[in-house]
Amino acid sequence: MLVLDGVTKLYGGQPGVRDVSLTAPRGGRTVVVGPSGSGKTTLLRLIAGFENLDAGSLTLSHRSLCKAGQSVPPHRRNIAYVAQEGALFPHMSIGENIGFAVPKSDAGRSARIGELLERVGLPPEMIARRPHELSGGQQQRVALARALAQKPDLMLLDEPFSALDTGLREAMRDMVGDLLAEAGITTILVTHDQAEALAFADHLVVMRAGSVADAGPPQRLYAQPADVETARFLGEAIVVTGALENGVAHTPLGMIAVNHPDQGRAEILVRPEHIVLGPDGAKGVITHRAYRGAQWRLEIKPDADVPSIIVDVPATVEHQPGDVVFLQVAGKGHVFA
Amino acid sequence: MADGPRRRLRWRPAHPVVTAFAVLTGALCLLPLMFVVYIAATSGWQVIADLVLRPKVGALLLNTFALLGLVLPLSVALGLGLAWLIERTDLPFARFWSWLVVAPLALPAFVHSYAWSAFMPRFHGLGAAVLVSILAYLPFVYLPIAAQLRRLDPALEEMAQSMGKPPHLVFLQVVLPQLRLAIMGGALLIGLHLMAEYGLFVLTRFDTFATVIVDQFQSAYSGPSANLLGGVLVLLCLMLLGLETGLRGEERYARVGGGAARGRMVQALGKWRWIVLIVPAGLAALSLGVPILTLGRWLWAGGAEIWQFEFILPALSQTAVLALSGALLTTLAAIPMAWLAVRAPSKVQRWLEGSHTYVGALPGVIIALALVTITVQVALPLYQTVATLLFAYVLMFMPRALVGLRTSIAQAPVELERAAASLGRKPLAAVWHTTIRLAAPGAAASAALVALGITTELTATLMLAPNGTRTLAMRFWSYTSELDFASAAPYAVLMILFSCPLVILLQLQADRPERG
Repeated sequence: MLVLDGVTKLYGGQPGVRDVSLTAPRGGRTVVVGPSGSGKTTLLRLIAGFENLDAGSLTLSHRSLCKAGQSVPPHRRNIAYVAQEGALFPHMSIGENIGFAVPKSDAGRSARIGELLERVGLPPEMIARRPHELSGGQQQRVALARALAQKPDLMLLDEPFSALDTGLREAMRDMVGDLLAEAGITTILVTHDQAEALAFADHLVVMRAGSVADAGPPQRLYAQPADVETARFLGEAIVVTGALENGVAHTPLGMIAVNHPDQGRAEILVRPEHIVLGPDGAKGVITHRAYRGAQWRLEIKPDADVPSIIVDVPATVEHQPGDVVFLQVAGKGHVFA
Repeated sequence: MADGPRRRLRWRPAHPVVTAFAVLTGALCLLPLMFVVYIAATSGWQVIADLVLRPKVGALLLNTFALLGLVLPLSVALGLGLAWLIERTDLPFARFWSWLVVAPLALPAFVHSYAWSAFMPRFHGLGAAVLVSILAYLPFVYLPIAAQLRRLDPALEEMAQSMGKPPHLVFLQVVLPQLRLAIMGGALLIGLHLMAEYGLFVLTRFDTFATVIVDQFQSAYSGPSANLLGGVLVLLCLMLLGLETGLRGEERYARVGGGAARGRMVQALGKWRWIVLIVPAGLAALSLGVPILTLGRWLWAGGAEIWQFEFILPALSQTAVLALSGALLTTLAAIPMAWLAVRAPSKVQRWLEGSHTYVGALPGVIIALALVTITVQVALPLYQTVATLLFAYVLMFMPRALVGLRTSIAQAPVELERAAASLGRKPLAAVWHTTIRLAAPGAAASAALVALGITTELTATLMLAPNGTRTLAMRFWSYTSELDFASAAPYAVLMILFSCPLVILLQLQADRPERG
């Protein structure tokens, strides 16, 4: 288990990371997601020991890694790091890269290298090749095998899939997830891609401007985020203002069921997938449509004073720009406290 | 390749006129090598055995190996240490030291040894030769190592650390192997200079093949003895070249992918931070302090008397004419090959380019010997003319011009020419507005480098210049040979002034970050 407590890192007086506290459960997959410049990579580098904390503490499996001026150097932490483009050693073969952390005197060294190569799905003849002879996806697999070879206490993945094509990215993500689960290694993945974050995480941390904006299970963060910005970062969001009364919010989009006891005015989050077009409800006009194969993506301007809404409808239903439609909210809205 | 089978049968040059010119310049570049082969073939075994297998040659070989064996490892160790201190630690005033390490390049090697023989007249022999060589040539190995250290992907070192390697193992297993090409390239350059240099070793009274060949040439012109020693020297140079190529192999040390765009890790020196300043400061004292001190002393002692402008001005103008016309000719001669190398790369082109670049490894004495022999035997009217001297310059500085031109032509991709044409420019106008406009600054810079090289060239100039020629380097040399150090001083100052732009250019080039 990794515990960060009040971790702060300043760059020229400006906070790169500010008072971050979080816990990465043992054997779990924690994803830190945020826009670029939110401090997520800095956080990863602090955990790896490439940079030193200015305040706070870092503990891995009850062993203090960094506290008030005392820091364990990176080579004594046993934390594996997989960088964006793999960072394979260009002057070594694939086999030498994978075996870099395994002592040459180890009896089962070459067998282990072969086994790891197989586990990341690469053919055995790759062992003698050089990194530049491999594709980006293959290099990333080798980087993962190399990290697994050191049997780390913690695995840090810094946007490891961002240089790959979309299709390959998902395949790699699934493979990495399976491998890590199999090995039972505590993992922290950093990404700016919210879809990737939601797909990979069993514990999600959203960072903004150097601080943690929200943290918890991904389903909770998507459905009940702490604030409007997190809601918008994790997916398309419709935010309307309404009056709360007995578990119902009265909004320009009509009545929306909410799980909230308060009375008074509040902002309410509705995800577009909860909007359906029906025979009655809030009136709106289709301003634009785009064909997406299985669906039409419609842009609808409600009559009420709310911004345009994006709604996906099955492609079998014909809608033309200019058509008048009625919007209903199915499911519950989320009230921002 | 749809038309592969047919293409393999016959090589058709893509650009016949350009290729014809490149073949011509390539053939001319091969003349010195053909001269050596001709000498070896016509001398007969007995003559070769008599002239080559004798104690004098053995002693020269011993001297050469001792020089290489001491200067190369010491320079590499010193260059590596300095590059690491300057690029990778919190050494105070690192950029300032970086300039000071490169600055000795502004002094021609024979000016370095002039300074030392005036500073310590009794200091000569192997020790002096080694010390002055290191001081004069250290930048050749420091520059590529420092540049490569800056270019290395910092993520690799972090990765090695996270995999449990302490800092010294990270340096040995990850950093050092990636510096191999830079180290070997720099060492090769120094090695070739050691073989080619004449003035430095005459003043430190250390015999090398080059000094002995020039001596024999001056007493007997193109005698068979000088020629055969020249053959041995060429063999040594080619061996060095082969050794470097062999050691380098097919290795690729470039970073894979874009790498991380982060600042590199800086090693804190702690209490050593001020103590290690002794290394760069000590070096600067020896490589810059001593020449400045000696020159200053002679200039002061000589006063206004040594500024004899009736000699200085003609030397200056002769040097300028030779340097500028030599640079122009060399650049023009290099254009076809550079153009082919960028726009029509092929196997044949690589061979052709090799014939242009190998001459850079040949010492000036060899080129001079070859041209003397050829002009005397087949083109006597050209013997001891400016034309022959300029031709020697073209051969000697062809690789330098080629490198600069290649880079600048590569900056003007052919797509731009096509785009200009598709925007309605006529073909010549399209070439003018794109390639020529873009390549011109780089071409001018490489021509300037050639001109600077000619300004301080001594050996071939001494051997080939027509009677009455007195360049800056020749004037300097004749005063120094007469031990008139004061009169030589103004010429040294002028040569240094002309070489300063070279240093600035090299340092700025190395400073430019390269990504991807």
